[in-house]
Amino acid sequence: MTPRDTASDRLRDRIAARFESPALRWGGIGLILVLMAVLPAALGQYATVIMTNALLYVVLALGLNVVVGFAGLLDLGYAAFFAVGAYTIGILTLDFGVNFWLALPVAVLAAAIAGVIIGGPTLRLRSDYLAIVTLGFGEIVRFSARNLAITGKASGLSGIGQPWLFGWHIATPTDFYFVFCALAILAVVVSLRLENSRLGRAWLYVRHDEDVAEAMGINRVAVKLAAYVTGAIFAAIGGAFFAANLGAISPESFSFTQSVLILMAVILGGMGKIPGVILGAFIVILGPELLRNLGELRLMVFAVMLLLIMLFRPSGIWPKRGVRS
Amino acid sequence: MSGALLNLSGVSLAFAGNTVLQNVDFQVAEGAVVSLIGPNGAGKTSLFNCITGFYKPQSGAITFDGHELLKLRPHRVTASGIARTFQNVRLFREMTVMQNVMSGMHSRTRSGAIAAILRLPSQRAEEAAIRDYCEGCLRFVGVGPEEYDRIATTLAYGHQRRVEIARALATQPKLLLLDEPAAGLNAGEKQDLIALIRRIRDERGISVLLIEHDTGLVMQVSERISVLDHGAMIAEGTAKQIQSNPKVIEAYLGQEDAEAELDF
Ligand SMILES: Nc1ncnc2c1ncn2[C@@H]1O[C@H](COP(=O)(O)OP(=O)(O)O)[C@@H](O)[C@H]1O
Ligand SMILES: [Mg+2]
Repeated sequence: MTPRDTASDRLRDRIAARFESPALRWGGIGLILVLMAVLPAALGQYATVIMTNALLYVVLALGLNVVVGFAGLLDLGYAAFFAVGAYTIGILTLDFGVNFWLALPVAVLAAAIAGVIIGGPTLRLRSDYLAIVTLGFGEIVRFSARNLAITGKASGLSGIGQPWLFGWHIATPTDFYFVFCALAILAVVVSLRLENSRLGRAWLYVRHDEDVAEAMGINRVAVKLAAYVTGAIFAAIGGAFFAANLGAISPESFSFTQSVLILMAVILGGMGKIPGVILGAFIVILGPELLRNLGELRLMVFAVMLLLIMLFRPSGIWPKRGVRS
Repeated sequence: MSGALLNLSGVSLAFAGNTVLQNVDFQVAEGAVVSLIGPNGAGKTSLFNCITGFYKPQSGAITFDGHELLKLRPHRVTASGIARTFQNVRLFREMTVMQNVMSGMHSRTRSGAIAAILRLPSQRAEEAAIRDYCEGCLRFVGVGPEEYDRIATTLAYGHQRRVEIARALATQPKLLLLDEPAAGLNAGEKQDLIALIRRIRDERGISVLLIEHDTGLVMQVSERISVLDHGAMIAEGTAKQIQSNPKVIEAYLGQEDAEAELDF
């Protein structure tokens, strides 16, 4: 560890140590939930829409974190699974009149199958073939979406209906904000439970040392495939609700830039550190918004800031506790 | 010796034309402690890598406990009952002692993603059982509870070696392969290691095959010794037979540190 991060690390360690005490941890969680609940009323519609987008990114970044952070696989085409989820919902609800809630499991299944088809052969190979293949997959999906009649070509799909949930019509931006709050919480809980499980540990073993992991009886290919498919499912669920929220989707929502932005949130967060990745997702979405009064310059200022963070904190903004001893 | 636990016959391995193992025949009997010695570069570690499925020999057969090993990928070899340590300690960095040892239990447990996400009772019971078993392995090798949650690579070197053995024991093997387990240990730690190897065989019923340079240690723990030189098995027998074998003496004479290594 470099000396320059000791002071801020100590502070964060102290804050994190506070959360070890159950009372304070539940207190902290309660406070976050209350803040989430009052946000639309307190900050108005514009902020609510931005926060909804940030929460979508929390889901996507936590999904990609399973692939990149936990299992150490470089995926450059993650937005493709996001697209599979969104387009499956669009096509099934518009062309086939399927109910959103019935289309959702199909979207998940479609993404999982795509994950197996792409990951199955590629993950057998060592090294970074996966980066190239996933990059290609991302472009193929976007290219197909731009050119196929069923996906509405370049103009995409519009008029996707808003779902009902037990008599609640999820219609207003605030409704969708709360849906994405629930999805983000679900993504956090699932991530935490996976991390502290037999499979979650296996991902870390494979990431740290593939050979030793194999020597300990771990099926390297199967474990990586599980990570890849898990990430695909997170993205598909995010994509499904994204489509329902906007009502319209187009190929440009699923570009390479999108994949890079999600990857940035994971890397900023420190790959594999769940609180860091959540923070990374918020920074990636809220950063440009907070710099709005800089006008034209804001994206460049933001890019420079990200660059500086990566230069000075290559292991992410959230330090892993316990490593320093 | 078809009744042997591990049986290698006619195993040959080459890398880009360089012969590493030539026509090696070798056995480990059930319940034995066997040592494999030989000068540096003789091919001892390569032999381990062939047994554990990391290297694929060009010819020969390896059978273990009724299984044909050569067809199996490394994780399947481990599942069939062979565990190993590495010549240079290879613990998972940034992970605790307990997490390291838990890796060994992977092939003996089943819970997947769904069970973990739903925290099914079966998954929680399995997690508890994994922890219990690994605690038992750590206690067995003499690593105390105060070290369980430390980052494994921050432990004293001797303890890292013990953790690596505990991790191998957690795979519940029938045969344990130790690659130079005494390297870098002091005299006291070597005595502990000798006692540990004996307990592994006597209390856990695990056969042991070890590669070792420390001949004093080899003499004390192993009933039989095999000698590998330039990829060929040149001698096999008891310590006494090996000591007086002219081929063995000759093999070691070429080495500059022959005196130190073969001070029978
Ligand atoms: N993966 C490999 N590729 C090429 N050569 C190898 C490889 N592994 C081992 N060798 C060669 O095999 C020979 C035996 O090495 P090794 O098995 O490590 O010997 P030992 O463990 O007896 O010291 C050495 O000459 C080494 O260079
Ligand atoms: Mg060696």
